[in-house]
Amino acid sequence: MIKVSNLSFSYTGGGVPVLSDINLEFDQRTTAIIGQNGAGKTTFVKLLKGLLKATYGEILIGEYDVKMRTAAELARKIGLVFQNPNDQIFKRTVLDETMFGLLNIKMGRYTAEKLAVEALELVGLDDKLSMNPHDLSLSEKKLLCIASVVAMDTDIVIFDEPTIAQDHAGKEIIRRIIQKLKEKNKLVLTIIHDMDFVAENFDRTIVFNEGKVLLDGSTREVFSQKDVLEEANVEPPGITQLANRLGLKNTILTVDEFLHECAK
Amino acid sequence: MKKIVVDHLKYKYPLGEELALQDISFQIEEGEFIGIIGKNSSGKSTLCQALVGLVPHFYKGAYGGKVIVDGLEVKTHTIAEISLKVGMVFQNPFTQVTGSKMTVYEEIAFGLENIGLPREEMRRRIHEVLKLMKIEHVKDRSPFDLSGGQMQRMAIASIIAMKPDVLVLDEPTSQLDPAGSEEVFQAIQDLSGQGITVIMAEHKMEKVAQYCNRVLLLHEGKLVDFAAPEKIFSRNDLETYGVAAPVYTRVCKALGMKKQGCDSYPVTLKDAELALRGSLG
Ligand SMILES: Nc1ncnc2c1ncn2[C@@H]1O[C@H](COP(=O)(O)OP(=O)(O)O)[C@@H](O)[C@H]1O
Ligand SMILES: Nc1ncnc2c1ncn2[C@@H]1O[C@H](COP(=O)(O)OP(=O)(O)O)[C@@H](O)[C@H]1O
Ligand SMILES: [Mg+2]
Ligand SMILES: [Mg+2]
Repeated sequence: MIKVSNLSFSYTGGGVPVLSDINLEFDQRTTAIIGQNGAGKTTFVKLLKGLLKATYGEILIGEYDVKMRTAAELARKIGLVFQNPNDQIFKRTVLDETMFGLLNIKMGRYTAEKLAVEALELVGLDDKLSMNPHDLSLSEKKLLCIASVVAMDTDIVIFDEPTIAQDHAGKEIIRRIIQKLKEKNKLVLTIIHDMDFVAENFDRTIVFNEGKVLLDGSTREVFSQKDVLEEANVEPPGITQLANRLGLKNTILTVDEFLHECAK
Repeated sequence: MKKIVVDHLKYKYPLGEELALQDISFQIEEGEFIGIIGKNSSGKSTLCQALVGLVPHFYKGAYGGKVIVDGLEVKTHTIAEISLKVGMVFQNPFTQVTGSKMTVYEEIAFGLENIGLPREEMRRRIHEVLKLMKIEHVKDRSPFDLSGGQMQRMAIASIIAMKPDVLVLDEPTSQLDPAGSEEVFQAIQDLSGQGITVIMAEHKMEKVAQYCNRVLLLHEGKLVDFAAPEKIFSRNDLETYGVAAPVYTRVCKALGMKKQGCDSYPVTLKDAELALRGSLG
């Protein structure tokens, strides 16, 4: 669904590239992008969404080059939930905020409202429709941004650190949304630091390190490469580390897998 | 010595419908590292702000009971008086930035100028905290050009530079990557080792379990329990409070493996490994 070839990017003309020579293809597997602060993850997804222009290389979304598309065309195809909700939120009520993108792609008011309310139900904010987004807590603001993007029903949905500030219940909501999008055959791409969440929810994991792809593969393969992960300052999930220390041969990703292995 | 005494604290925000804090009592000894946990809206931030006097002095509202920090009763002292003893790092670092300073360096200097510290001592302290929080390389940047993680480090640095006796931190590592949070926890543990009393609201249970000597569990404004991490995370009703125990505890519980010589389950990687080693394989 997305093909990235020889992509390089720097914010300043001749400066140090933030991303260099990235080659990646994305299919419908749910994909996690992990790596240290400053590795270039946010920059990468902004390029996919067409918010930044590649210094070098090419990004194809479907058959089309991102460069050749207008923002409105991309809005129907690819949704991005920003890392910082304040970069996204600008309407006066929760409902208006969620409807904005839908009205912007020329959807009728009635349908837009219906879809917006559905999305807000999904994140548990449907009892706060007329509240001012700025009076929401940080975790609620993030959920509002997720609802606004999910409501657009795009084929590609990108989340930039969705679990920040979420408690257990908030993470469960996000987990359910990702599952739902996956069932609808959408490509879900998530930048995230919570390795347990990655292990439990994503088919594929890509590790960014200093603007390059250090590892790319099934989540299990990636978390089995302890030494390479260390290079990127990434620790495998807690349960994976525990199994490893106890000498279990297989790479364990979840508590259930661990218990299953012990029962053998 | 009791560093903090909270006695039947009740509090309602002016526009709140219910009490945000309902009859809370606990005591903290000097040098403890306390974790506050609970689902969102359980009252963690409100309790933190009650320790520094923003509740009730800034927010107003209905207030009952007593909070005494290092001998000062919060209700009868000004925020300025309390802030000489207690420093607070806010959940959202944006709210903490003064907005009037051009650089990270000046931002950190701001609080120190306010307490009238001599120039030389100021320079020394700023240098020290920039290094401790690993933000020396951004000291000349505008606070608003920092990444979320860098801003969080700056917010912690500005408070630590004041050398408060009591440090209150509200989800201070939410924007940091795992390696960054680990660094910050270690730095704070060092401060705690030097005798500073630390109270931290946090969702990362593995970290709370590893670093805090006691954990305070809040639910709907009430104090459910205040005990060692092993005891809190071994509770069978933890999920009803919207909290998931560390993954290590969940595994050991499912296997019925208690911590060696204890009646509770392991809460850290190390202890889980010890408990399970030998019984597996
Ligand atoms: N608007 C910007 N202008 C200049 N440099 C930037 C900008 N945004 C990010 N950077 C720099 O680009 C690098 C990668 O940043 P980012 O993509 O945000 O990383 P990540 O999301 O992996 O933490 C960092 O060194 C960061 O300081
Ligand atoms: N400024 C405020 N005005 C009114 N109610 C508030 C305010 N801040 C928080 N509350 C309410 O107080 C309760 C506790 O909130 P808070 O202390 O922020 O919880 P936590 O930090 O655990 O998420 C919640 O019900 C919240 O809605
Ligand atoms: Mg980012
Ligand atoms: Mg809070």
